[in-house]
Amino acid sequence: MSTILAVAAAVLFGTGTHLVLQRELTRMLLGLSLLSHGANVVLLLAARGPGRPAFVDGRDDPRTFLDPIPQAFTLTAIVITFGVTCFLLALAYRSWVLTQDDTVQDDPEDVRVRQEPTVDIEHSGADAGVLGATGSDAP
Amino acid sequence: MNAPWIALPAALPLFAAAVSVLVGRSRRAQRVIGVVTLTVVSGVAVRIAQESDRHDLLTTQAGGWEAPLGITLRADRFTAIMLLVAAVMFLSVLVYAIGQGDEEQRHVGFHPVYLTLVAGVCLAFLTGDLFNLFVAFEVMLVSSYVLLTLGGRLAQVRAGTTYVVISLLASITFLFTLGLLYRATGTVNMAELPEAMAALDADLRRVLLLLFLGVFGIKAAVFPLFFWLPDSYPNAPTAVTAVFAGLLTKVGVYAMFRIMTTIAPEDTAVGTLLLVIAGLTMVIGVFGAISQQEIKRILSFHAVSQIGYMVFGLGLLTVAGLAAAILYIAQYIVVKTTLFLTGGLVERAAGTGHLHHVDGMLRTRPVVGMLFLLPALSLAGVPPFSGFVGKFALVDAGLASQSWLIVAVSLAVSIMTLLSMNKIWSGAFLGEPTPNAVVEGRLPVAMVGATGALVVISIAMALAAGPVYGYAQRAAESLLAGAPT
Repeated sequence: MSTILAVAAAVLFGTGTHLVLQRELTRMLLGLSLLSHGANVVLLLAARGPGRPAFVDGRDDPRTFLDPIPQAFTLTAIVITFGVTCFLLALAYRSWVLTQDDTVQDDPEDVRVRQEPTVDIEHSGADAGVLGATGSDAP
Repeated sequence: MNAPWIALPAALPLFAAAVSVLVGRSRRAQRVIGVVTLTVVSGVAVRIAQESDRHDLLTTQAGGWEAPLGITLRADRFTAIMLLVAAVMFLSVLVYAIGQGDEEQRHVGFHPVYLTLVAGVCLAFLTGDLFNLFVAFEVMLVSSYVLLTLGGRLAQVRAGTTYVVISLLASITFLFTLGLLYRATGTVNMAELPEAMAALDADLRRVLLLLFLGVFGIKAAVFPLFFWLPDSYPNAPTAVTAVFAGLLTKVGVYAMFRIMTTIAPEDTAVGTLLLVIAGLTMVIGVFGAISQQEIKRILSFHAVSQIGYMVFGLGLLTVAGLAAAILYIAQYIVVKTTLFLTGGLVERAAGTGHLHHVDGMLRTRPVVGMLFLLPALSLAGVPPFSGFVGKFALVDAGLASQSWLIVAVSLAVSIMTLLSMNKIWSGAFLGEPTPNAVVEGRLPVAMVGATGALVVISIAMALAAGPVYGYAQRAAESLLAGAPT
């Protein structure tokens, strides 16, 4: 049982990692969901002997039932990742509404800094109004 | 000592957030609730600081369940320092945000979410249970997602996506590590961990430690896990950026300190690794800052660079190193927040934060100039400001541990920090004012007042350096001695 769960967690982590590395937001979302399921499976594994119930009526020998604490952890984690995934979905939708594009975009400030040929510390601010975006107008 | 009231800094803001939603129609009522709550939390934080210094450790079991089952909240001196600085800073930034209007004025959600953020941060400092730390992180992060994207502009959505994805990845890794830890030790309670970890195989212990440091490293934005920070933070409303850069990454640093001193206070190999990471974080961050042209982005890269100094103190793994780092964190939170708030004042006065478009602020707004100059010199470590006290303590601790290289790097980075601060100074404040860029009118009193109050606190910390350092030293001693119960 533990081996099957461990393999399942490994597969979830593997496919999740692959999907997160894509540039489409929807794929990243699916990847994140898979990754969080992988973590939840690992949490279940931590309960030592998955498959058994957490509480059994009429018996008080702790060896006959599962450690309930990891299950409580898992429940908390599921709720939290569910909420965050919903928020991310809303962000992805907003991004689609604004740009009609599902891919993650580069930061414009990063692109600008990358295109600047040199950074002139001593004269920065002196050439007010000139962004130097193409590099041709640097002093 | 048993003290149930230490839960107040986490419980009060949550309660106030609920009330704040109820009175959402009246912005005035929301403002009163926010300011009053944060004032009370600051008061409680002062009390915790006094009591924890007297009793070493204050604890309470949430819900009355005993330690392994229930959730332990506990406050020692390190917790108390962080709580106090955080509470005062949250209060100042809220006053600033009220003065600024903007997002605070437009969105009914600002006040409730801001209070939830306060609750999350306070809970992260107070918790004595690693799974509860995960929950606290999530409360804090979810609030920060909302604050970052409040308004839904394209730049915010872009920045928010990066931020949420990175944070979610870190959270999943945290959860995974907690699963491993629970399987290995059978507990996630910080008081029980040192003993449980000592029974483990040395290699397994190190794997767990490195996983935790990686997770908290993402939150703290250390090299090479910092890349998300300069893209996401500057796009938030100014007041929010100030809280994020001043405090949120420091919660990650706090968690690194906790886990390191709880699990492996004498693992010098990991300590050396931390020193290397610290050096690289300082250097890469300050290079990034030098290459930027926009005030908030320059300051964001500095936020990365300064994290290096804190990790430097942790990596030494000596009482002097930890004490210096705690002192550094405390003064840094104040200084950094002030700088971001001043950046916001510049944007407000000139209409932009881009250095090419702002000139001669010193002539048109001398007060803003002074509010920038004092914390900027402090950040660079120029005496007699609080940054100098923190850096001096760090360098002194580094020399005592004979870590020559990291001391040299930290001093060199200080000079480069001064260089890039000078870039903002000469770019935005010196020179002839450009008439078309100046927005007429007075700056709101609340904005200037809140920024000024933080500058005063920073100077007061430098003047009271002796007692503050003494407190930090006692905090460091109890950290390294393991958690006494």
